[in-house]
Amino acid sequence: MLNELARVDRRRFMQCLAWAGTGLVWAARGGVLSSTILGEASAAADFTFAQISDTHVGFAGNANPDAAGTLADSITGINALTPRPAFILHTGDLTHGQKAGAFDTLAESLKAVRTERIFYVPGEHDVFLDGGKDYLARHGRGTFGGGWQSFDYGGVHFVGLVNVLTYKAGVGGALGLEQLEWLRQDLAARGASTPIVVFTHVPLWALYPAWGWTTADGEEAIGMLRRFGSVTVLNGHIHQVLQKIEGHITFHSARSTAFPQPAPGATATPGPMTVEAGELRRLLGVRQVLYTQSSARLAAVEHPLA
Amino acid sequence: MRSNTWIPMMAGLLALLAGGADAAPPGEIHVSISQFTFRPPVVSIAAGDTVTWVNDDAEEHTVTATDRSYTSSALDAAETFSHRFTAPGTYQYFCALHPHMAATVVVK
Repeated sequence: MLNELARVDRRRFMQCLAWAGTGLVWAARGGVLSSTILGEASAAADFTFAQISDTHVGFAGNANPDAAGTLADSITGINALTPRPAFILHTGDLTHGQKAGAFDTLAESLKAVRTERIFYVPGEHDVFLDGGKDYLARHGRGTFGGGWQSFDYGGVHFVGLVNVLTYKAGVGGALGLEQLEWLRQDLAARGASTPIVVFTHVPLWALYPAWGWTTADGEEAIGMLRRFGSVTVLNGHIHQVLQKIEGHITFHSARSTAFPQPAPGATATPGPMTVEAGELRRLLGVRQVLYTQSSARLAAVEHPLA
Repeated sequence: MRSNTWIPMMAGLLALLAGGADAAPPGEIHVSISQFTFRPPVVSIAAGDTVTWVNDDAEEHTVTATDRSYTSSALDAAETFSHRFTAPGTYQYFCALHPHMAATVVVK
Protein backbone atom coordinates (compact mmCIF):
# COMPACT_ATOMS: atom_id res chain seq x y z
CA MET A 1 0.00 0.00 0.00
CA LEU A 2 0.94 3.63 -0.18
CA ASN A 3 2.44 4.07 3.19
CA GLU A 4 4.91 1.30 3.69
CA LEU A 5 5.68 2.45 7.20
CA ALA A 6 3.14 -0.15 8.22
CA ARG A 7 5.77 -2.80 7.55
CA VAL A 8 7.98 -1.47 10.29
CA ASP A 9 7.41 -3.11 13.61
CA ARG A 10 4.68 -1.10 15.24
CA ARG A 11 6.21 -0.88 18.69
CA ARG A 12 9.50 0.35 17.30
CA PHE A 13 7.68 2.86 15.10
CA MET A 14 5.74 4.23 18.05
CA GLN A 15 8.98 4.56 20.02
CA CYS A 16 10.37 6.70 17.23
CA LEU A 17 7.26 8.83 17.09
CA ALA A 18 7.50 9.39 20.80
CA TRP A 19 11.12 10.36 20.49
CA ALA A 20 10.71 13.96 19.48
CA GLY A 21 12.96 16.91 18.92
CA THR A 22 16.11 15.62 17.28
CA GLY A 23 15.06 13.82 14.13
CA LEU A 24 13.78 10.51 12.90
CA VAL A 25 16.16 8.32 10.95
CA TRP A 26 15.01 5.90 8.32
CA ALA A 27 17.79 3.63 7.16
CA ALA A 28 17.73 1.17 4.32
CA ARG A 29 20.13 -1.72 4.11
CA GLY A 30 19.64 -4.73 1.92
CA GLY A 31 16.08 -3.67 1.29
CA VAL A 32 15.06 -3.54 4.93
CA LEU A 33 13.81 -0.21 6.13
CA SER A 34 14.49 0.37 9.78
CA SER A 35 14.44 3.26 12.16
CA THR A 36 17.21 4.23 14.50
CA ILE A 37 18.23 7.24 16.54
CA LEU A 38 20.21 10.08 15.09
CA GLY A 39 23.20 9.81 17.42
CA GLU A 40 24.10 6.25 16.35
CA ALA A 41 23.77 7.01 12.68
CA SER A 42 25.65 10.30 12.52
CA ALA A 43 28.55 9.08 14.64
CA ALA A 44 29.30 6.36 12.11
CA ALA A 45 28.67 8.35 8.93
CA ASP A 46 31.46 8.67 6.37
CA PHE A 47 29.79 11.65 4.80
CA THR A 48 26.44 13.36 4.80
CA PHE A 49 24.50 15.44 2.35
CA ALA A 50 21.23 17.34 2.59
CA GLN A 51 18.12 17.52 0.45
CA ILE A 52 16.13 20.71 0.04
CA SER A 53 13.02 20.69 -2.12
CA ASP A 54 10.11 22.69 -3.46
CA THR A 55 11.32 26.11 -2.34
CA HIS A 56 8.63 27.64 -4.64
CA VAL A 57 10.16 31.11 -4.55
CA GLY A 58 7.39 33.57 -5.37
CA PHE A 59 4.65 31.59 -3.62
CA ALA A 60 2.22 33.97 -1.93
CA GLY A 61 -0.81 31.82 -1.16
CA ASN A 62 -2.76 31.46 2.06
CA ALA A 63 -0.98 28.22 2.96
CA ASN A 64 2.13 30.16 3.97
CA PRO A 65 2.12 33.95 4.36
CA ASP A 66 5.92 33.96 4.75
CA ALA A 67 7.50 31.43 2.37
CA ALA A 68 10.64 33.58 2.21
CA GLY A 69 10.94 33.30 5.99
CA THR A 70 10.54 29.53 6.08
CA LEU A 71 13.14 29.21 3.31
CA ALA A 72 15.55 31.32 5.35
CA ASP A 73 14.85 29.13 8.39
CA SER A 74 15.44 26.00 6.32
CA ILE A 75 18.83 27.35 5.29
CA THR A 76 19.61 28.10 8.93
CA GLY A 77 18.61 24.50 9.66
CA ILE A 78 20.99 23.14 7.02
CA ASN A 79 23.81 25.27 8.39
CA ALA A 80 23.19 23.82 11.85
CA LEU A 81 23.58 20.20 10.69
CA THR A 82 26.48 18.19 12.04
CA PRO A 83 28.51 17.03 10.37
CA ARG A 84 28.36 19.71 7.69
CA PRO A 85 26.77 18.28 4.51
CA ALA A 86 29.29 17.65 1.74
CA PHE A 87 26.77 18.98 -0.77
CA ILE A 88 23.08 19.75 -1.21
CA LEU A 89 20.55 18.24 -3.59
CA HIS A 90 17.69 20.53 -4.63
CA THR A 91 14.92 18.29 -5.95
CA GLY A 92 13.01 20.86 -7.96
CA ASP A 93 10.34 23.53 -7.98
CA LEU A 94 12.97 26.11 -7.20
CA THR A 95 10.43 28.73 -8.27
CA HIS A 96 6.68 29.07 -8.07
CA GLY A 97 5.53 29.09 -11.68
CA GLN A 98 8.71 30.79 -12.97
CA LYS A 99 7.65 34.09 -11.43
CA ALA A 100 9.82 36.98 -12.59
CA GLY A 101 13.03 37.23 -10.59
CA ALA A 102 12.40 34.01 -8.63
CA PHE A 103 15.50 32.15 -9.86
CA ASP A 104 17.66 35.14 -8.89
CA THR A 105 16.05 35.45 -5.47
CA LEU A 106 16.67 31.75 -4.75
CA ALA A 107 20.27 31.92 -5.95
CA GLU A 108 20.85 34.87 -3.64
CA SER A 109 19.24 33.06 -0.68
CA LEU A 110 21.22 29.85 -1.21
CA LYS A 111 24.53 31.73 -1.13
CA ALA A 112 24.14 31.52 2.64
CA VAL A 113 24.26 27.69 2.62
CA ARG A 114 27.53 26.41 4.03
CA THR A 115 28.40 23.55 1.66
CA GLU A 116 30.70 22.83 -1.27
CA ARG A 117 28.10 22.62 -3.98
CA ILE A 118 24.38 22.45 -4.73
CA PHE A 119 23.10 20.05 -7.41
CA TYR A 120 19.71 20.70 -8.97
CA VAL A 121 16.96 18.94 -10.89
CA PRO A 122 14.02 21.02 -12.11
CA GLY A 123 10.37 20.77 -11.16
CA GLU A 124 7.49 21.49 -13.52
CA HIS A 125 7.20 24.99 -12.02
CA ASP A 126 10.72 25.75 -13.28
CA VAL A 127 10.34 24.71 -16.91
CA PHE A 128 6.73 24.81 -18.15
CA LEU A 129 6.84 28.36 -19.45
CA ASP A 130 9.99 28.23 -21.59
CA GLY A 131 10.76 24.53 -21.91
CA GLY A 132 13.54 24.83 -19.35
CA LYS A 133 15.61 27.47 -21.15
CA ASP A 134 16.16 29.76 -18.16
CA TYR A 135 16.67 26.84 -15.77
CA LEU A 136 19.26 25.17 -18.01
CA ALA A 137 21.12 28.45 -18.56
CA ARG A 138 21.57 28.61 -14.78
CA HIS A 139 21.95 24.98 -13.77
CA GLY A 140 22.62 23.04 -16.97
CA ARG A 141 26.42 23.15 -16.90
CA GLY A 142 27.93 19.68 -16.71
CA THR A 143 24.59 17.99 -17.35
CA PHE A 144 23.26 16.07 -20.34
CA GLY A 145 20.16 16.55 -22.52
CA GLY A 146 17.47 18.30 -20.52
CA GLY A 147 19.60 18.60 -17.38
CA TRP A 148 20.10 15.01 -16.25
CA GLN A 149 23.44 14.20 -14.66
CA SER A 150 25.49 11.80 -12.59
CA PHE A 151 28.52 12.03 -10.32
CA ASP A 152 30.40 9.94 -7.79
CA TYR A 153 31.08 10.91 -4.22
CA GLY A 154 32.64 8.82 -1.47
CA GLY A 155 31.97 5.56 -3.27
CA VAL A 156 28.31 6.36 -3.95
CA HIS A 157 26.98 6.95 -7.47
CA PHE A 158 24.49 9.84 -7.68
CA VAL A 159 22.07 10.21 -10.58
CA GLY A 160 19.87 13.28 -11.15
CA LEU A 161 16.86 12.55 -13.36
CA VAL A 162 14.56 15.12 -15.00
CA ASN A 163 10.92 14.03 -15.27
CA VAL A 164 9.18 17.35 -15.87
CA LEU A 165 10.27 18.44 -19.37
CA THR A 166 7.86 16.16 -21.20
CA TYR A 167 5.05 16.30 -18.69
CA LYS A 168 2.25 14.17 -20.04
CA ALA A 169 -1.31 15.53 -20.06
CA GLY A 170 -3.58 13.31 -18.02
CA VAL A 171 -0.63 11.32 -16.61
CA GLY A 172 2.19 13.16 -14.85
CA GLY A 173 5.98 13.14 -15.08
CA ALA A 174 7.94 11.42 -17.82
CA LEU A 175 11.63 10.69 -18.44
CA GLY A 176 11.61 10.11 -22.21
CA LEU A 177 13.55 7.68 -24.37
CA GLU A 178 16.71 9.82 -24.68
CA GLN A 179 17.13 10.06 -20.91
CA LEU A 180 16.30 6.39 -20.33
CA GLU A 181 18.99 5.41 -22.86
CA TRP A 182 21.47 7.73 -21.14
CA LEU A 183 20.57 6.14 -17.80
CA ARG A 184 21.04 2.64 -19.20
CA GLN A 185 24.56 3.54 -20.34
CA ASP A 186 25.37 5.44 -17.17
CA LEU A 187 24.46 2.48 -14.96
CA ALA A 188 26.01 -0.16 -17.24
CA ALA A 189 29.52 0.66 -16.02
CA ARG A 190 28.63 0.32 -12.31
CA GLY A 191 28.96 -2.82 -10.28
CA ALA A 192 25.90 -4.13 -8.45
CA SER A 193 27.57 -3.40 -5.10
CA THR A 194 27.84 0.34 -5.83
CA PRO A 195 25.33 2.24 -3.68
CA ILE A 196 23.10 4.34 -5.93
CA VAL A 197 21.28 7.55 -5.01
CA VAL A 198 18.75 8.83 -7.54
CA PHE A 199 17.34 12.33 -7.09
CA THR A 200 14.42 13.64 -9.10
CA HIS A 201 11.34 15.83 -8.73
CA VAL A 202 8.17 13.84 -9.36
CA PRO A 203 7.96 10.41 -7.66
CA LEU A 204 9.34 7.74 -10.01
CA TRP A 205 6.74 5.26 -8.87
CA ALA A 206 2.95 5.48 -9.12
CA LEU A 207 2.51 7.19 -5.76
CA TYR A 208 -0.89 8.70 -6.57
CA PRO A 209 -1.68 8.82 -10.31
CA ALA A 210 -5.10 10.45 -9.76
CA TRP A 211 -3.20 13.63 -8.86
CA GLY A 212 -0.44 13.10 -11.41
CA TRP A 213 1.99 12.01 -8.66
CA THR A 214 3.68 9.47 -10.90
CA THR A 215 6.23 9.16 -13.70
CA ALA A 216 4.74 7.60 -16.83
CA ASP A 217 7.90 5.66 -17.74
CA GLY A 218 9.38 5.59 -14.23
CA GLU A 219 9.03 1.82 -14.06
CA GLU A 220 11.63 1.49 -16.84
CA ALA A 221 14.15 3.41 -14.75
CA ILE A 222 13.26 1.41 -11.64
CA GLY A 223 13.81 -1.79 -13.65
CA MET A 224 17.37 -0.69 -14.43
CA LEU A 225 18.02 -0.07 -10.72
CA ARG A 226 16.84 -3.48 -9.46
CA ARG A 227 20.16 -5.26 -9.87
CA PHE A 228 21.90 -2.93 -7.40
CA GLY A 229 22.15 -3.90 -3.76
CA SER A 230 21.41 -0.45 -2.34
CA VAL A 231 19.32 2.16 -4.11
CA THR A 232 17.90 5.30 -2.51
CA VAL A 233 15.50 7.42 -4.55
CA LEU A 234 14.88 10.96 -3.27
CA ASN A 235 12.11 13.09 -4.72
CA GLY A 236 10.09 16.22 -3.99
CA HIS A 237 6.86 17.41 -5.61
CA ILE A 238 4.36 16.13 -3.03
CA HIS A 239 5.49 18.33 -0.12
CA GLN A 240 5.38 15.62 2.54
CA VAL A 241 7.50 12.78 3.87
CA LEU A 242 6.52 9.39 2.49
CA GLN A 243 8.60 6.23 2.31
CA LYS A 244 8.17 3.12 0.25
CA ILE A 245 10.43 0.14 -0.03
CA GLU A 246 10.60 -2.23 -2.97
CA GLY A 247 13.29 -4.90 -2.86
CA HIS A 248 16.60 -3.08 -2.43
CA ILE A 249 15.13 0.26 -3.50
CA THR A 250 13.92 2.79 -0.96
CA PHE A 251 11.86 5.80 -2.06
CA HIS A 252 11.74 8.96 0.06
CA SER A 253 9.50 11.93 -0.73
CA ALA A 254 10.58 15.18 0.93
CA ARG A 255 8.98 18.12 2.66
CA SER A 256 8.81 21.50 0.96
CA THR A 257 10.22 24.66 2.54
CA ALA A 258 7.22 26.67 1.25
CA PHE A 259 3.87 24.94 1.87
CA PRO A 260 2.46 21.50 2.71
CA GLN A 261 0.19 19.40 0.52
CA PRO A 262 -2.45 16.89 1.64
CA ALA A 263 -1.84 13.17 1.95
CA PRO A 264 -2.75 11.34 -1.27
CA GLY A 265 -6.51 11.39 -1.69
CA ALA A 266 -7.13 12.96 1.72
CA THR A 267 -8.87 15.94 0.12
CA ALA A 268 -10.62 16.63 -3.19
CA THR A 269 -7.62 18.40 -4.72
CA PRO A 270 -3.83 18.38 -4.22
CA GLY A 271 -3.57 22.14 -3.71
CA PRO A 272 -1.50 23.87 -1.04
CA MET A 273 -2.84 22.80 2.34
CA THR A 274 -3.70 25.54 4.80
CA VAL A 275 -3.18 24.40 8.38
CA GLU A 276 -3.27 26.13 11.74
CA ALA A 277 -0.41 28.56 12.22
CA GLY A 278 1.25 26.45 14.90
CA GLU A 279 1.17 23.38 12.70
CA LEU A 280 2.76 24.80 9.55
CA ARG A 281 6.41 24.61 10.58
CA ARG A 282 6.05 20.95 11.56
CA LEU A 283 5.17 20.23 7.93
CA LEU A 284 8.05 22.16 6.32
CA GLY A 285 11.75 21.40 6.44
CA VAL A 286 14.76 19.66 4.97
CA ARG A 287 16.34 16.21 4.99
CA GLN A 288 19.81 15.04 5.95
CA VAL A 289 21.19 11.81 4.50
CA LEU A 290 24.02 9.94 6.20
CA TYR A 291 26.18 7.37 4.44
CA THR A 292 28.18 4.71 6.21
CA GLN A 293 30.62 2.94 3.91
CA SER A 294 31.32 -0.06 6.12
CA SER A 295 27.68 -1.06 6.10
CA ALA A 296 26.80 0.47 2.68
CA ARG A 297 24.00 2.08 4.60
CA LEU A 298 22.11 5.27 3.82
CA ALA A 299 19.96 6.85 6.47
CA ALA A 300 17.45 9.65 5.90
CA VAL A 301 16.98 12.08 8.77
CA GLU A 302 13.99 14.38 8.63
CA HIS A 303 14.45 17.90 9.99
CA PRO A 304 11.13 19.76 10.17
CA LEU A 305 11.34 23.46 11.05
CA ALA A 306 9.50 22.80 14.30
CA MET B 1 -31.96 65.49 -48.36
CA ARG B 2 -30.97 64.27 -44.99
CA SER B 3 -33.64 61.55 -44.75
CA ASN B 4 -32.69 60.17 -48.16
CA THR B 5 -29.20 59.21 -47.02
CA TRP B 6 -30.30 58.08 -43.57
CA ILE B 7 -32.70 55.39 -44.78
CA PRO B 8 -30.14 53.32 -46.74
CA MET B 9 -27.74 53.50 -43.76
CA MET B 10 -30.38 52.11 -41.42
CA ALA B 11 -31.21 49.39 -43.88
CA GLY B 12 -27.56 48.42 -44.10
CA LEU B 13 -27.26 48.25 -40.31
CA LEU B 14 -30.37 46.06 -40.03
CA ALA B 15 -28.99 43.77 -42.73
CA LEU B 16 -25.75 43.44 -40.77
CA LEU B 17 -27.58 42.63 -37.52
CA ALA B 18 -29.76 40.03 -39.24
CA GLY B 19 -26.91 38.66 -41.32
CA GLY B 20 -26.41 35.37 -39.40
CA ALA B 21 -23.16 33.46 -38.87
CA ASP B 22 -21.26 34.82 -41.85
CA ALA B 23 -21.58 38.42 -40.79
CA ALA B 24 -21.32 37.84 -37.00
CA PRO B 25 -18.09 38.73 -35.23
CA PRO B 26 -15.98 35.74 -34.04
CA GLY B 27 -17.35 34.25 -30.81
CA GLU B 28 -15.76 34.24 -27.41
CA ILE B 29 -16.22 31.12 -25.28
CA HIS B 30 -15.51 31.00 -21.57
CA VAL B 31 -14.03 28.07 -19.64
CA SER B 32 -13.78 28.13 -15.86
CA ILE B 33 -10.91 26.52 -13.97
CA SER B 34 -12.30 25.49 -10.61
CA GLN B 35 -11.60 22.72 -8.11
CA PHE B 36 -8.68 21.58 -10.31
CA THR B 37 -11.04 20.97 -13.24
CA PHE B 38 -11.61 22.70 -16.59
CA ARG B 39 -15.35 23.36 -16.82
CA PRO B 40 -16.73 22.33 -19.21
CA PRO B 41 -14.10 19.70 -20.08
CA VAL B 42 -15.03 19.83 -23.78
CA VAL B 43 -16.03 22.97 -25.68
CA SER B 44 -17.11 23.03 -29.32
CA ILE B 45 -16.40 26.25 -31.19
CA ALA B 46 -16.22 27.60 -34.72
CA ALA B 47 -12.94 28.34 -36.46
CA GLY B 48 -11.88 31.85 -35.57
CA ASP B 49 -13.48 31.76 -32.12
CA THR B 50 -11.51 32.69 -29.04
CA VAL B 51 -11.58 30.69 -25.81
CA THR B 52 -11.02 32.61 -22.60
CA TRP B 53 -10.16 30.72 -19.45
CA VAL B 54 -10.59 32.24 -16.00
CA ASN B 55 -8.92 30.76 -12.95
CA ASP B 56 -11.64 30.47 -10.30
CA ASP B 57 -9.34 28.54 -7.94
CA ALA B 58 -7.13 30.10 -5.29
CA GLU B 59 -4.19 28.03 -6.59
CA GLU B 60 -2.23 28.80 -9.77
CA HIS B 61 -3.03 26.89 -12.93
CA THR B 62 -1.91 27.03 -16.55
CA VAL B 63 -3.60 26.48 -19.88
CA THR B 64 -1.03 24.59 -21.95
CA ALA B 65 -1.46 22.87 -25.31
CA THR B 66 -0.56 19.20 -25.13
CA ASP B 67 1.66 19.76 -28.19
CA ARG B 68 3.15 22.81 -26.41
CA SER B 69 2.08 25.14 -29.27
CA TYR B 70 0.85 27.68 -26.70
CA THR B 71 0.81 28.13 -22.94
CA SER B 72 -0.41 30.66 -20.47
CA SER B 73 1.80 31.77 -17.63
CA ALA B 74 0.88 30.54 -14.15
CA LEU B 75 -2.54 32.14 -13.69
CA ASP B 76 -3.26 33.52 -10.25
CA ALA B 77 -6.78 33.57 -8.84
CA ALA B 78 -9.18 35.44 -11.17
CA GLU B 79 -6.56 35.85 -13.90
CA THR B 80 -7.59 35.03 -17.47
CA PHE B 81 -5.93 33.69 -20.60
CA SER B 82 -7.28 33.74 -24.14
CA HIS B 83 -6.37 31.79 -27.25
CA ARG B 84 -7.92 32.03 -30.74
CA PHE B 85 -8.38 28.81 -32.68
CA THR B 86 -8.22 29.39 -36.43
CA ALA B 87 -8.25 25.90 -37.94
CA PRO B 88 -10.76 23.04 -37.49
CA GLY B 89 -9.53 20.15 -35.38
CA THR B 90 -9.54 18.58 -31.92
CA TYR B 91 -7.12 20.27 -29.56
CA GLN B 92 -6.07 18.78 -26.22
CA TYR B 93 -4.75 21.00 -23.46
CA PHE B 94 -3.87 20.58 -19.81
CA CYS B 95 -2.54 22.35 -16.74
CA ALA B 96 1.25 22.10 -16.83
CA LEU B 97 1.35 22.30 -13.03
CA HIS B 98 -1.36 19.67 -12.46
CA PRO B 99 -1.17 17.32 -15.45
CA HIS B 100 -4.18 15.30 -14.35
CA MET B 101 -6.23 18.36 -15.35
CA ALA B 102 -6.80 17.75 -19.07
CA ALA B 103 -9.53 19.00 -21.41
CA THR B 104 -10.41 19.50 -25.08
CA VAL B 105 -11.36 22.21 -27.55
CA VAL B 106 -13.19 20.98 -30.69
CA VAL B 107 -13.03 23.48 -33.56
CA LYS B 108 -15.59 22.93 -36.37
